Amino acid sequence: MATQTPKPQEIAKGLSHQPPSENWMDTKPEFRSGMYCHPVKVASLEGMGGAFAREWNPTEADWKLPADWKGIVKDGLKDRLRRFRSFQVFMDICVRCGACADKCHFFIGTGDPKNMPVLRAELIRSIYRGEFRTAGKILGKLAGGRKLTEEVIKEWFYYFFQCTECRRCSVFCPYGIDTAEITIIAREILNLLGLQIDWIGTPVNACYHVGNHLGLKPHTFKENIEYLLGDIEENVGITIEPSFNRKGAEILFVTPSGDVFADPGIFTCMSYLILFEYLGLDYTWSTYASEGGNFGFFTSNETMKRLNYKMYAESKRLGVKWILGGECGHMWRVVHQYMDTMNGPADHLEVPRSPITGTVFENAKSTKMVHVTEFTADLIKNGKLNLDKSRNDHYTVTWHDSCNTSRGFGFLEEPRYVLRNVVNNFYEMPDQTIREQTFCCGSGSGLNAGENLEQRFRGGLPRANAVQFVHEKHGVNMLANICAIDRAALKPLMDYWVPAVNVCGLSELVANALVIPGEKAARSTNLRGEEINDLREEAGLEPIEWPEEDEEGGEAGEEGEE
Amino acid sequence: MSFIFSLVAVTVLVLVPLVGVTVADLRWLFGVVVPYAAVATFLIGVSYRVLKWSNSPVPFRIPTTCGQAKGLPWIKTNKLDNPCSLPAVIGRMFLEVFLFRSLFRNTRMEYHQGPKVRYGSSKWLWLFGLLFHYSFLVVLIRHLRFFTEPVPMWVQIVEHIDTFFEMGLPLPGPDGLYVGLPLLAQSGVILLAAATLLFLRRVVIAQVRYISIAGDWFPLLLIIFIAKTGIIMRYVLKVDVVTVKKLTMSLVALKPELPADPISFMFYIHIFLVSFLFAYFPFSKLMHLGGVWLSPTRNLVNNSREKRHINPWNPEVKFHTYAEYEDDFREQMIEAGIPVEKEA
Repeated sequence: MATQTPKPQEIAKGLSHQPPSENWMDTKPEFRSGMYCHPVKVASLEGMGGAFAREWNPTEADWKLPADWKGIVKDGLKDRLRRFRSFQVFMDICVRCGACADKCHFFIGTGDPKNMPVLRAELIRSIYRGEFRTAGKILGKLAGGRKLTEEVIKEWFYYFFQCTECRRCSVFCPYGIDTAEITIIAREILNLLGLQIDWIGTPVNACYHVGNHLGLKPHTFKENIEYLLGDIEENVGITIEPSFNRKGAEILFVTPSGDVFADPGIFTCMSYLILFEYLGLDYTWSTYASEGGNFGFFTSNETMKRLNYKMYAESKRLGVKWILGGECGHMWRVVHQYMDTMNGPADHLEVPRSPITGTVFENAKSTKMVHVTEFTADLIKNGKLNLDKSRNDHYTVTWHDSCNTSRGFGFLEEPRYVLRNVVNNFYEMPDQTIREQTFCCGSGSGLNAGENLEQRFRGGLPRANAVQFVHEKHGVNMLANICAIDRAALKPLMDYWVPAVNVCGLSELVANALVIPGEKAARSTNLRGEEINDLREEAGLEPIEWPEEDEEGGEAGEEGEE
Repeated sequence: MSFIFSLVAVTVLVLVPLVGVTVADLRWLFGVVVPYAAVATFLIGVSYRVLKWSNSPVPFRIPTTCGQAKGLPWIKTNKLDNPCSLPAVIGRMFLEVFLFRSLFRNTRMEYHQGPKVRYGSSKWLWLFGLLFHYSFLVVLIRHLRFFTEPVPMWVQIVEHIDTFFEMGLPLPGPDGLYVGLPLLAQSGVILLAAATLLFLRRVVIAQVRYISIAGDWFPLLLIIFIAKTGIIMRYVLKVDVVTVKKLTMSLVALKPELPADPISFMFYIHIFLVSFLFAYFPFSKLMHLGGVWLSPTRNLVNNSREKRHINPWNPEVKFHTYAEYEDDFREQMIEAGIPVEKEA
């Protein structure tokens, strides 16, 4: 497992992007520890009514495929060729120009030619030609066709769970061929054979039955947030009493559950709580719709719909006017490009209107769901937040555009506007690594597991390397983003490749800068419980002279610089 | 392997009409039957594929957004890379189809030890591709001269522009007078050059060579041979254009008739290769000509939060309802002070 992960220099030295001499159809993937994810647990797959749940192991020869697996795959392919114009067109028109070849983070980080997006798609396209098209049937390999074998299925499993559906290749393709679309469909087909990874299958099952990926039951979900409230009280000095499942609230707030659970996501979650309290927002959390993320998106369109259903259903039950969504990448691709189509129309909701500024979000008039960052940008634009940027001066920040919000949404300027208003030191990474050309964290689309660390660190190399560039050039020490998977995945990635850089959600920087009525006279510790003056000293800044503390402030003062 | 196969295939395609016409005198077959069959295959095949594509559903609105979306009114939208309206999509598609916008973005990854990953600009593929496609288009338009009488003005204009850099080298004619070479059409030469460059690129770049299949080598070689035979006819053999036009006009009129005067075997090779290209077209990657218009990541408006997109097969699925959820956790919810619908 994690112990076998090679050192950064070992990976760096061994990297070559030259393809081998033998034809790619003659090579097989090696299921090496650290480079693949574990199969889904039987109970998780059965919980969702998935087919052919069984114990199996990718490293063993026999994958215990169902008897008629070949028929299932062929029918599955035919069915999807018929239902998705994208899939049919993408199977037919690739000219193999190679423009996408070096755009994939997994290709850059592994050198494995089958990670070139064109070849990843050819893994299926070759079957499409060899099984369904006359020329491929007759000429076989010469015409790029091959027959469906168990080896092909194993190869699909390896490479379609080594694609994060980030769509970077699609930006450069002259026909817009989107490997994410192909991977989504490939995973649907693998699912038909009961082939799924646990880091997707188990969260999906938990989300469906319990309400969130982590399987936090209603009382635990509430307790987790209450725990954060305790930290807020200690570090900021304000008391917050959010509501859960409250009928009649104006707004339902939904965020990825990773934010109520793990560092550094919890600091983002604390920031939401602080911001909404500051605004006096009439909102509620839901323990039922307690998951913004949607791992169903990484299994099948049907599963995505089943999980996403809860947001609209809960907003209807609670009678809220509109939905506010937290910082998340793929959640926002789903909310933006799929939700209304799958589970709409949301006629029970109203066109979102900020109760603070009066701004009507016309751009969300059908989904009725607003991104917390555009909500915040609107607040700042209208002067509704009292911000002291200098409180973030010990951070030199760079911005990581998340794949999904960039290439499946176009949410580029809103976060930058917020960022510029809450920090003084902001440097962009090189142009070819940001905005629509941004690089994936290497762990998206459900690959953020513990057993595939080498795969993740390799896939994250281009992102980490761009961070290293601005770290060395501008002294960047904080990587900000609006994605829960990024928050979870970029931290270990930075620790691996660029140890001096930390990771945070955008809202955390907002909360840091927010001057809150009733806050402790000395906010000498940040949300993370770190002494701000220690951080300032590290950054070469003068310490802040905190005012005298009263009562509870004493504790922080003891450890603080005097 | 696939390259050698393709080279052999094209060579055979050259030899078939050569032998067919010079040995077996199958001029009717190669001059009339094959071109008709090829055009019919092309028209039926292309229509079938395009209709099949356009009749297939687009379940989700999935544009690849390559710039700022329309959002808060004071944030500037990048309309052409992230279209928020139909005119913007038309603009995006125009740039994509006619100027190869996405290919223009191309970069080249450079890996150095350190590790240092760097990205350089790389416009060669864009340039070769653009030259290739536009010169091919001009060549096609010039050939309309053989299928129209009188030749439309716009065809003449294209031809005039194409031969702007006239290379009328004085050469002695058959009657001792000096005549110029036929006007050198740049398009033909550029087509050959660009196709050759695309071919060399496929050979030289290891990764591109690795992914190439017969379906990539074959059409390139076929087009290179078509360009070559065309150039040979025009400048070396100086095939009698008037006789050729008699044949082509009879084909257009659907009253095919082989002219009395003989036509060079090179013409039969040329028209056979072109016929093969037409017939091969609908079955090949060349269909990207039709597909580029239908790519859902490019031709859709990015407004799915503003306007509901309909999935014609939106599946019926089983949901886990709130009532079921509350039944599972009612006691714990009550204990934790979370409101419930039904008291225990």
